[in-house]
Amino acid sequence: MSTAINIAQVHKYYGNLYALKGITLQIERGEFFGLLGPNGAGKSTLINIMAGLTRANGGRVSILDHDVAKHYRFARRCLGVVPQELVFDPFFTVREVLRIQAGYFGLGPENYAWIDELIDALMLSDKADTNMRALSGGMKRRVLIGQALVHKPEVVVLDEPTAGVDVELRKSLWAFIERLHNEGHTIVLTTHYLEEAEALCDRIAILNHGQVIALDTKEALLARDIGGKRSLHVTLARPLDPIPSALRSIVKKELGYEIVFELNNESVSILDVVDSLRQAGATILDLQTEKTDLEDIFIDLIQGKAS
Amino acid sequence: MNWLGLRTLFFKEILRFSKVYLQTLFAPMVTALLYLLVFSHILEGRLEVYEGVSYTAFLIPGLMMMTIIQNAFANSSSSLIQSKVTGNLIFVLLTPLSHFEIYLAFTLAAIVRGVFVGVGVYVVAISFTDVGFYNLGYALLFALTGSAVLATLGIIAGIWADKFDQLAGFTNFLIMPLSFLSGVFYSIHSLPPVWQEISRFNPFFYMIDGFRYGFFGVSDVDPRFSLLITNAFLAVLVLLTLSLLRSGYKLRD
Repeated sequence: MSTAINIAQVHKYYGNLYALKGITLQIERGEFFGLLGPNGAGKSTLINIMAGLTRANGGRVSILDHDVAKHYRFARRCLGVVPQELVFDPFFTVREVLRIQAGYFGLGPENYAWIDELIDALMLSDKADTNMRALSGGMKRRVLIGQALVHKPEVVVLDEPTAGVDVELRKSLWAFIERLHNEGHTIVLTTHYLEEAEALCDRIAILNHGQVIALDTKEALLARDIGGKRSLHVTLARPLDPIPSALRSIVKKELGYEIVFELNNESVSILDVVDSLRQAGATILDLQTEKTDLEDIFIDLIQGKAS
Repeated sequence: MNWLGLRTLFFKEILRFSKVYLQTLFAPMVTALLYLLVFSHILEGRLEVYEGVSYTAFLIPGLMMMTIIQNAFANSSSSLIQSKVTGNLIFVLLTPLSHFEIYLAFTLAAIVRGVFVGVGVYVVAISFTDVGFYNLGYALLFALTGSAVLATLGIIAGIWADKFDQLAGFTNFLIMPLSFLSGVFYSIHSLPPVWQEISRFNPFFYMIDGFRYGFFGVSDVDPRFSLLITNAFLAVLVLLTLSLLRSGYKLRD
């Protein structure tokens, strides 16, 4: 299997702002790759460099072995990008927009059948001849996805496709993106919804301050030992006041009837917590422990605590 | 060359302005005809610039050319700034279209709009007074190169401006004065010597003077010289624009 996207030592400055500090990443063909990171981490800058919307100050990016700067015609034919911003051309209808976009790639009427298929798959059939201006945000988002796919690119990059999208549409977008992946497309997804990355991606890179701070399979990332932390949710019959002093240091959240404790491997066990609570006269109605999820890993990494 | 891509962008640009034809095609025609109405009413009979040419007839090619160049400029510049501000320029930048293809598509569409509006002014204007062609070839040549110059300037302005305000500055402080002071309403021979000399540094003057030659066979300077100047100016602007587009200046920062 060859490399879908090869990013080597990519640097980018905006004046004094050092946006990308030597990013190196390889995304294989057929992968479902997640690019995570807080706002301003450099995710969109990196995507813009892949797409040729921004020029890197150093380093190389190639799409299916085509350098995005030197052989941009080939690189851009292999790449479909769904931008983060909800941009649209107010002069045209959905079908016009898609046909125009295909035309830029040198595809004429022979591609119309594919465009109709896309309109169908994105559930835009009844809006195909509606002006872009008249579409809701969710529909504009779907047109953006259609525009990225008009030329059947092998590699598809989606920059936060589900930002500000309602639950139903998000589910249907997930299904659509998974379908693309199953049909053999390489998918790169950036998202703020960590459960989205957890549900979809095979491999994940986490960016922070223009650097890759983690790059691993989702499983390996989730299995990371971040100090063996677990949460213990306790539901009580009555609010407990005060909380026993032995437990006060491990309280993560306190919401009256519910207390969330953060447990470390060594110091305090679940039994210790239960014993102390009962000694204090509390009646425990429910106990729940929660394992690490991507969000914990993410926060730990961003805060620089992860091992 | 990505011919189909180039053709698509060209037609998209044509569609863009024709969907708002009242503003892009008919409004400038009406403006030009208002000038014609007012100035010919005031000055007809009092002024004869070239022997045997009435003032109204003299004014028609000038107004045509002014309309052609202003609209060619308006088309490429406003299309670019709109796409930049709304962000939809990325739909073009993401494609395999080369900087040359992008340049050509924007320029050709702007020429089409400029020439269309110019012809519209002519068609209505000949109902006021009879104006024929001395040499249609010259008139066409100047209409095409003149609109190409302004289309190119429009691309430069569209690339450079970040806001509509800056583009308005470019239009009102550069394009409008240069086109108004280029001899649309008068022959530069009627100006004081100093202003005559200054006018010779205005490239728009040569476009209008050469264009007018195509109608009357008389002009302030030799039309071949005007053609040379206009084309040299065009060549410099094209090279500048292509290098801006190639470097990605402001578009692919």
